[in-house]
Parts: sequence; C-alpha cells; structure tokens
Amino acid sequence: MSLPFAAGGPVIPSFGSPHTFACERANRVFCWGWFKQNWAGTLWPALRQHVALTLIAVVIGFTISMALALIAHRYRRAEQPLIWFTSFLYTIPSLALFELLVPVPGLGLSLTTAEVALVAYTLLILFRNILTGLRNVPEEVRDAARGMGMSRRQMLLRVELPLALPAIIAGLRIATVSTIALATIAALIVNQGLGVPILSAINNSTGPFKTELIAAGALAVLLAIAADGLLVGAQRLLTPWVRARAA
Amino acid sequence: MHNFIDAFQFIGRNGELPGQPHFTTLSYYALGTLKIALIAMIISLVIALPIGVWLGHIHRGSFVAINLGNIGRALPSLAVLAIGVAFLGIGLKNVLLALVVLAVPPIITNAYVGLDQVDPDLVDAARGMGMTGWQILWRVELPLSIPLVMAGVRTAALFVISTTTISALTGYSDSLGEIINDEASYHLSGVLGAAICIAAIAIVVELLLAAAQRLMTPAALRRQGLGTDEELFLTLGVDRVGVI
Repeated sequence: MSLPFAAGGPVIPSFGSPHTFACERANRVFCWGWFKQNWAGTLWPALRQHVALTLIAVVIGFTISMALALIAHRYRRAEQPLIWFTSFLYTIPSLALFELLVPVPGLGLSLTTAEVALVAYTLLILFRNILTGLRNVPEEVRDAARGMGMSRRQMLLRVELPLALPAIIAGLRIATVSTIALATIAALIVNQGLGVPILSAINNSTGPFKTELIAAGALAVLLAIAADGLLVGAQRLLTPWVRARAA
Repeated sequence: MHNFIDAFQFIGRNGELPGQPHFTTLSYYALGTLKIALIAMIISLVIALPIGVWLGHIHRGSFVAINLGNIGRALPSLAVLAIGVAFLGIGLKNVLLALVVLAVPPIITNAYVGLDQVDPDLVDAARGMGMTGWQILWRVELPLSIPLVMAGVRTAALFVISTTTISALTGYSDSLGEIINDEASYHLSGVLGAAICIAAIAIVVELLLAAAQRLMTPAALRRQGLGTDEELFLTLGVDRVGVI
C-alpha cells in the first residue's frame, strides 16, 4: 500500500473503492461482498499493522513504566514528580500530541512519531498500576522474606513482583485496550493501522462508505476484546495461587 | 524549533491569516470546542451519574457496570464519530451523540465502584442512627465516594475534549481540530498553534476539575489525604485498580 504523500504535512490518503456490488453502490449498511473482496488487500494488512503498532507501543511503554515504578518504589520522593509527569502526558489530547511531535527534529511523519505518542499514553496507567501492585505487598510477607535472608534484589524478583502480578496485568489490559483504540488516530501520521480504512471511508468522494467504516471499526473492537481475553488468560496462567486461595 | 516559534506567533495573532481576514479565528474555534465539550459532558452526566450512583447504592449490576467501562475503553473514538456521521449525517446532534456514547461508560463505572466500596460498617451505623435509604445515600455514601466519582468525571472530560477535536476529521467543523485538518490553509505553524491550544485547554480543564474535586471532598477525607486521586489510587488496592 504505497501512497503519495504531499510534501510538508500529514495528508489523509484516499483510496478509490471499486463500486462493483449493487449493495455497495446503494451504500447499504454492510456488504459482505465488498468485505470478502477487500479483506486480503485492505483490511488484513491494516489489521496486521495495527497489531504491530499496539504491540511495539505496549512493550516499550511497559519497559519504561516498569523502570520508573521500580525507581519510585525504591525512592519514595521520586513518586510524586513521576506521577505528575505521566499525568501531564496523559492529559494532552491525542490529536494535539500527535501533531506536536511532528516538527520535532528526528521525528516527522514516521512510525517513530506515532509510537512515541502511543507510548506516552500508556505510561500513566502502567506506572500507577505497577506501583500500586508493588506497594500492596503485605508488610509481613516482606518481613518474612527479609528474615529468610533474602537480598533486596531477591526479594523483588521472588516475592514482590509475583505478588504484584494481578495489578500489573490489570494495568496491561487497560493499556492495551486503550492503545488499540488510540492507534486508529495514528493513521494521520503514518499510513498504517486500522485508522487508514476509516479515514479513507470518511473521505470517500460519494459520501461516507459505510461498509468499510463498520468493518474497520468492528475489527478494532474485536481486536481489543481478543487482546483483553488473552491477557486474562495469561494472568490465570501466571498466578495459579490466586485460584487455589479462592478454592 | 522555528516551527514552534511560528506557532506561538500564530496563537498571538489569534489565528488570523495575512491577506485573508475572513478566515475564522482561533478564539472562535477554541470557544466552539469548549461549547461542544460542555454540552456533551452535561448530557453524559445527567444520563450516567444517576445510573452509576443507583447501581452502586443497591450493590447490583456489577457485571454490567464494570464491563461497560471495559467496552467503552475499547471503542476507538474515530470509529464511533465516523459511524455517527455516516449514518446520521454531519451536524451538532450527531457529534454530541458520539461524544455521549464515549463519555458515559467511565462515569458509570467509576460511580458504581465509588458507591460500592463505601465501608458497609458506616452504612450500618447510619441505618442504626435511624437514617432512611435516601438519607444514607445523600449524607453518607455520596460524600464518601466523591474521589472515585470525580475521577470518572475527569476521565470522561478529558476523553470528550480529545474526541471533540477529532470530530473535525469527520466533517463537523466547529472545533480546533478543523485547523489541524485544514493544513493547506493554516500551514504547519497554524497546526502546531492549534495543537498547543488544545493541550492548554485540556490541562486547564483538568486542573479546574482537580481543584473542584478537592473542594468537594469532605474535610475529614481530605485530612486523611484522599483529596487527590493519586493517594486514593494507591490506598484503594488491587481490585479497584481497573477504574482509571
């Protein structure tokens, strides 16, 4: 899907959509014919790119947030400034943040810009959840670990992080679902993701093209539900003691 | 860097373009954005607060309330706006409909959790003092749940402002997003100026709501340090962690 970009600014790409089916020409609500015909060429690549966008953003965001949360866990005084910083990034509306990053030297209309913005939005959620999970480890457990002679690092790896896993995965679920929804707007910056069919459907010459809109929108929602379900499954796998306790 | 300086100049001259005085100005768009966001928030609050508060008060419907929040988070705002425009045409009512659909879930979820987690011992004590259900709601449960309810309102407000600017991409042109959409006329300096304005509006609204939350929190809770939702967040624990 290579498209000409006009020099000097984000351009909303427009595909011509072939009007081959009767229901499509009548612009009825949803044409299966158009869907089947354009799945391989338009929707499946967009879905793949959307998954890639989200995955990169969440992984990088998780790494940064984990580092920040460990710092805040160790040095209490760092916590408030870090919360302010991540809250500030979260408050900026998505459209504004995407546009503000474009003229920064080194970024531009590239995948990096979109990823930087998406990562910025995951930081607050992940940072707060990881920190809450770490803080909620009961003091007696920490005391017992210290009494067993564990070093600080061993305590972190073998006691605190496993006990904080439910909170961490809850944060990952929220961050992933939000990023999937936000990545549709990344289509303004870079020609990738499920936002591209949505924008091209809106800017269609004969009026908004409903089938493409519904197809892309439904794919985004289904992707979010699938990702949420996967993470819930991962949580059940990683924390078997929670179920044992409940039983 | 010079792009940002040009952007501030753009803001300084209120978005007027040299040689084209009839183009709409920055302040018009900014006020338009605020107007749409305000109307959408009022409608969403009127719809969502009573439902969330009532569900939390009777401690029922947790499945609906929590999952509504999850689904609301999963809806891509661009898609909801675009579907509204495609099926209902361009117009203020349709943008408002999409905004309300997006803003209602976080308010309901946070209101539900806020009222659900009020200490049952306190409610019991109030009942023992002879308060009726309504009095318990107004005098005990609501004041104690203000931090979480306001957290939901703030989340919804941010979301509404963000989506209002995106609505310009779908054709409704009364918000600052219109400048960003129209780069050919306003050039990069205009787009950046509009983006800075949007960010400024969002930050100011967030600060105002945070101040309002601190004012509305009962003095006793404020003394315990629950006036801001950071401490609240860290105090409530793991199972409440889902309601950002």
